[in-house]
Amino acid sequence: MAQAETTTTGITLWKTAKDFAAKKAVLLVLALLVIVTGIAQPNFLSYDNLINILMITSVYVIIALGEGAILITKGTDLSAGRVVGLTACVAASMLQRSDYASKIFPDIPAMPLIVPILIAIVVGLIVGIINGGIVAWLKVPPFIATLGTMTIAYGAVSLYVDRPPHGASPIGGLRNDFTDVANGAIPIAGNVRLPYIIIIAAVVLLLMWVILNRTRLGKNIYAIGANPDAAEVSGVNVNKTLIIVYIIAGALYGLAGSLQAARQGSATNNLGYGWELDAISACVIGGVSTTGGIGTVGGMLTGVLMLTFMNNALVFLNVSPYWQNVVKGIIIVSAVAVDIRKYLKKR
Amino acid sequence: MAASDYILEMNNISKSFPGVKALDGVSLKVKPGTVHALMGENGAGKSTLMKCLFGIYGIDEGEVILNGAPVKFEDAKDALKAGISMIHQELLPIPYRSVMENVWLGRYPVTGFGPFKFVNNKKMLQDTKAIFEELQMDIDPTTWVVNLSVSKIQSMEIAKAVSFKSKIIIMDEPTSSLTENEVGHLFRIIKKLRAEGVAIIYISHRMEEILKIADEVSIMRDGKSVGTYPAAELTTDIIINKMVGRDMSNRFPPRENRPSDEVVLRVEDFTSPDPKSFRNVTFDLRKGEILGVSGLVGAQRTELMETIFGLRPLARGKLWVNGKEESISSPIQAIRRKMALLTEERRATGIFGILTVSDNVLAANWKTYIRRNFLLDLKRCDKDVKKSIDMLRVKTPSGKAFMQNLSGGNQQKVIFSRWLLTEPEILILDEPTRGIDVGAKYEIYTIIADLAKRGKSIIMISSELPEILGMSDRIMVMCDGRMTGILEGASASQEEIMRLSTQFM
Repeated sequence: MAQAETTTTGITLWKTAKDFAAKKAVLLVLALLVIVTGIAQPNFLSYDNLINILMITSVYVIIALGEGAILITKGTDLSAGRVVGLTACVAASMLQRSDYASKIFPDIPAMPLIVPILIAIVVGLIVGIINGGIVAWLKVPPFIATLGTMTIAYGAVSLYVDRPPHGASPIGGLRNDFTDVANGAIPIAGNVRLPYIIIIAAVVLLLMWVILNRTRLGKNIYAIGANPDAAEVSGVNVNKTLIIVYIIAGALYGLAGSLQAARQGSATNNLGYGWELDAISACVIGGVSTTGGIGTVGGMLTGVLMLTFMNNALVFLNVSPYWQNVVKGIIIVSAVAVDIRKYLKKR
Repeated sequence: MAASDYILEMNNISKSFPGVKALDGVSLKVKPGTVHALMGENGAGKSTLMKCLFGIYGIDEGEVILNGAPVKFEDAKDALKAGISMIHQELLPIPYRSVMENVWLGRYPVTGFGPFKFVNNKKMLQDTKAIFEELQMDIDPTTWVVNLSVSKIQSMEIAKAVSFKSKIIIMDEPTSSLTENEVGHLFRIIKKLRAEGVAIIYISHRMEEILKIADEVSIMRDGKSVGTYPAAELTTDIIINKMVGRDMSNRFPPRENRPSDEVVLRVEDFTSPDPKSFRNVTFDLRKGEILGVSGLVGAQRTELMETIFGLRPLARGKLWVNGKEESISSPIQAIRRKMALLTEERRATGIFGILTVSDNVLAANWKTYIRRNFLLDLKRCDKDVKKSIDMLRVKTPSGKAFMQNLSGGNQQKVIFSRWLLTEPEILILDEPTRGIDVGAKYEIYTIIADLAKRGKSIIMISSELPEILGMSDRIMVMCDGRMTGILEGASASQEEIMRLSTQFM
């Protein structure tokens, strides 16, 4: 009897450990990656590098939050990357230095920083309305709907920056106050500083956390993802909720686009190419289920951190960029393969 | 009679599910070259018995003897190989493939050598044609299945069974979606197969049909065998009697509700846009009463109720709630008018399996917990969830447990909690005890009786006659999309309900 009990305890402990490992697998791998790289290349753990990684993460996480919310509703958004590119060009085109030689709009008056950024957000938001409308009212599967708007967004941004006969050209010479938004920081002490962009990302993270966990909208988003039919029977306005989710995502892409233009100091029609796939990868690595109903803001952040840390670590370890893609692919598949075990055994 | 006279013997089959004995010593003996009808109410255990035969369910006790030798099938494939085919009520062909590809699916004739095999379409076409000719079926083997009528698809499934050289073919409600002409054709095919020595197990509710085509009739009731009789000795009345005759004592809590004359819901001339669905339904629901809705599967009861709740479109008809004419085109509007719908398919349209019990309880109620700052009052949420799950005695470690880990009965109680929190006046309960074990059933009945006592008005769809008789103040019976009668619960009999349920069959 006593022996049986001991065995049971042993099994329980082993199970708990395994459960923990499965649940936090991504975090464990992330920790391992940071430690190993840190030992091999101590500079990796320098304050400057860590802040740099977080700054890169900031833009990506804003995109991933939009994409993640859509994934939770059992949807997907392939237009994310192109919308980031479109809105980056929109913001940049209105924020070129007055003395810059080849301005998109030579006669545009200097306006307060916030106006072009807001315009970019509104452009993203409009794409969101279109995406949401196609998905909710026309019942086109999200994959196809956003495949269409992705293509349209790319066409639109190319037309926007097209200057015949030279064709589409980069928008450069951005105002310093604009680039400061993404590259500037609040000095704290000596070398230590807090970049604005990290503060912005933190605020967005907090807002999305509140929306998903503390509002009726958030609860309805999870309900729709978990069982759209049951949600409808329970009186959830499924179409309205879906459209709002796509609108929120679109607005976030607009913000991310503005920030990315500011970070780079320029924007082209190719900015954001393929970023929707990075965002989806980050979300699934962070435990967001592509079959809907499952996913957390913390998970999305972890997923983005995982990807940016990995990219950076591989650079530090002198791994060729070609290998980086191979490793990234393996991590995406293994993360989901481990994650899915949580749900498989319950069958 | 010697054992070898039977092609199939199922002896003393028992099968339990957690909390329910679905089959209790059931026997079924089928002779070759006969049509053997299997009858019983919904839930009598017919499908379970067939699933046991097919190895879809394991058997707890008893034996299956095929051609004199005991057999045990692991899955439907084993059964097919042994010469048993089943034509399901819900036909599941592959629509955008040809008829012959559907017939030979998984065993296409091939040519070639070694690993280089190619599908021999020519042989497949010839073989299919040969079977169709033999059975006098007029189907083009190369056409896509999506182009076929239901009756043709069914013929195709029968041809498939023949292609397996099946000696036993099970047909589950084969005529449920056929026209009279098509039924005639089906019967000709059945007779041809019978002449060739094939045994047919024919599951149906339609008495007239059974008496016309069957040689023998086996009747089941409550998971037990009632007996096997030569069809020639039976009449519709005898069959109904044998199907329903049983005692019912203390299976239901006492009811203390006092229905008033006040009409809370009036439905007039409700007609679905789908011509195969319900039409011209008119009824009243009174305050504090339990209105049972009885009928066979396919009587369109669910469709009617879901239309009242705004889930399905309405072609014609009027609706009054508390004397006021209303038009309800979405569940949101129904809930606003203090209505609630507990759906029939708990898994598909009731529960959120991957969410917590708490989120499941609150799914229809978040609105009432929004504070002035737009955030949810989660403390009050937790308190109310705890109160609800305590009140209905939901067995769950806490509100944080995942819904999918609860038993069916407890999931049902959670959905009750969800609706009770909306403080409804009219509750539509569609098969509220389906798939729930006996103990939990009683608890659900108690909840329903208590709600009626508190003046709530309840519509309860149920396919179990004892449940309808044990719980209803009045009973509305439907058949084939039409209302065939409203009976007083106290004086109604099972035989009467059964007759009304089969009025148009």
